[in-house]
Amino acid sequence: MAETTREPETTSTVRASELRANMATAVMVGLRLLNFGPVLILVLLVVAISLLTPNFLKPVNIGNILAQTAVIAIVAMGQQLVILTRGIDLSVGANLALATVMGGLVYRATDSAPLVILAMLGSGMLVGFVNGAVYVFGRLPHPFIITLATLSICKGLALEFSVNHTTMRGMPAAVTVLGETSWLGVPNSFFVVLGVALIVLVLTKSMVWGRWTYAVGGNPKAAVEMGIPYKWVLVSTYMFAGLCAGIGAVVLSGRTGASSPLYGNLLELDTIAAVIIGGASFLGGRGHLGHALVGAVMIGVIRNALNLLNVDVFYQMIAIGLIIVLAVEADVLRNHLEGRARASQAARNQ
Amino acid sequence: MSAAQPVLSVRDGHKRFGAVHALRGVSLDAWRGEVLALLGDNGAGKSTLVRCISGVHALDEGEIRLDGEAASLATPAMARRAGIETVYQDLALFDNLTPAQNFYCGRELSFPSWLPRGLRLLRSRAMDREAASVIERLKVRLPRSDAPVALMSGGQRQAIAVARATVFARKVVILDEPTAALGVRESRKVLDLVRQLRDEGNAVILITHNMEHVIELADRAVVLRQGRKVGELKPERANQQELVSLIVGAGG
Repeated sequence: MAETTREPETTSTVRASELRANMATAVMVGLRLLNFGPVLILVLLVVAISLLTPNFLKPVNIGNILAQTAVIAIVAMGQQLVILTRGIDLSVGANLALATVMGGLVYRATDSAPLVILAMLGSGMLVGFVNGAVYVFGRLPHPFIITLATLSICKGLALEFSVNHTTMRGMPAAVTVLGETSWLGVPNSFFVVLGVALIVLVLTKSMVWGRWTYAVGGNPKAAVEMGIPYKWVLVSTYMFAGLCAGIGAVVLSGRTGASSPLYGNLLELDTIAAVIIGGASFLGGRGHLGHALVGAVMIGVIRNALNLLNVDVFYQMIAIGLIIVLAVEADVLRNHLEGRARASQAARNQ
Repeated sequence: MSAAQPVLSVRDGHKRFGAVHALRGVSLDAWRGEVLALLGDNGAGKSTLVRCISGVHALDEGEIRLDGEAASLATPAMARRAGIETVYQDLALFDNLTPAQNFYCGRELSFPSWLPRGLRLLRSRAMDREAASVIERLKVRLPRSDAPVALMSGGQRQAIAVARATVFARKVVILDEPTAALGVRESRKVLDLVRQLRDEGNAVILITHNMEHVIELADRAVVLRQGRKVGELKPERANQQELVSLIVGAGG
């Protein structure tokens, strides 16, 4: 900056500054590539898989992928907000299971779809509230422990409450319709994903609340100093993650026409993986719903492809694990490159 | 708001942290339109005093008056609302947000006003516009105003933090070692900003170890040592030695 006041440069410093400018450009290009990395990898995956197996791109199969991805995608959007605030929610899977059981119990008493849905959403949100409130007001150092505790508690409650401690058949027609395909082979659950995405988009991009979640994730200490009610921001974030688990419960119950304490097994790992694979930062403060969606679709695509190719389930797990390592390393690399970008800014200012 | 009355006045402030008696009856006045340098060696109580004024800590004894009236500064948000802006040493910036988002973080322009603050909608364009005009007015040079602060240099970040204070400061601006991490050229820009803050009618409290900056900029200097005020004078080149010996306590 301030080029006008700069001393006349000799040829060697000109060359040095040129080199520095090139380095800075390289760093910026690298950062941009990293930002688009997950989408790029997804596109490459789709191309590679469709070459390997022609069934992959058939409309029926794409409909399958969308239906199978819907629950992960919905719950991952809640998980993404929690990770954005430097947290983690291990309870989402068990929370979802408990929510379906609650819905199932209400269904045994009444056929009313609104009441069944309300029970699932309410149960999910309540668990989320407990997570957030105990984490914040119980002054826990990290949400890992409390959400691990609620994982166990929800699982136990779901087993206890469900009749015969197992799957209960039956859901109102207005819920099972979510498991059907109505329009151009697109599963109805896909529209629920779109709806949740729209809500998240408004919450994070247009509302003060969303700005605060980014602030809390970016610099918690500064958030306090700037007068942001960070405790309530955190509690509401966990509540929203719980609500997403409840919505996921409605969609899953709709697809299966049942409720079960066994649902949502390992969903916490799938959603965390989706968020990280999608390109959000595990360190907090970075990420948007696109990351959760891309990551969820990537997991869905990998599972589906390996199924079509008759690859064993445990290779799927290994593949997803390897991709997580890759994604986390990409995050580390991004932080490193940002440091370089900062340094080159400072150099240009001198 | 007459000039006969200090805008900020600390009366006989005491602060203890367990066994440590960090402030032992410090009194201090700050006036509009002047730069007050707060000097002292490490551990002299400067930061503690400043944190009490900016609402991070509360005084155990004594009181803080704003425009002659006792002020309740229990939280940083309350101090801010009372017109006291602080530029912390660690800047308290959000690396993941743009300069404009940083400016307004915690007091976003939003609507409709009947909703609770968190549920309101952002007036992003208005905030971007306001921030751009402040950046323009203060002649802060940024590589890109829509890039996150993480990508900016130390001097640019410092300038953003000081500029944020200028947007909202109405009475007192506290700057905790604003030039400690900066090169010569970047320091110069920040000092220009400090001058501007003063000219806009704020009382500026400047913590620094740089004697050159004190002599150049400060209208008055208060020296703390071991939690007590040990001197107050107008810093000039002629009494620079005296200031230094007050700070280190080598008789003088």
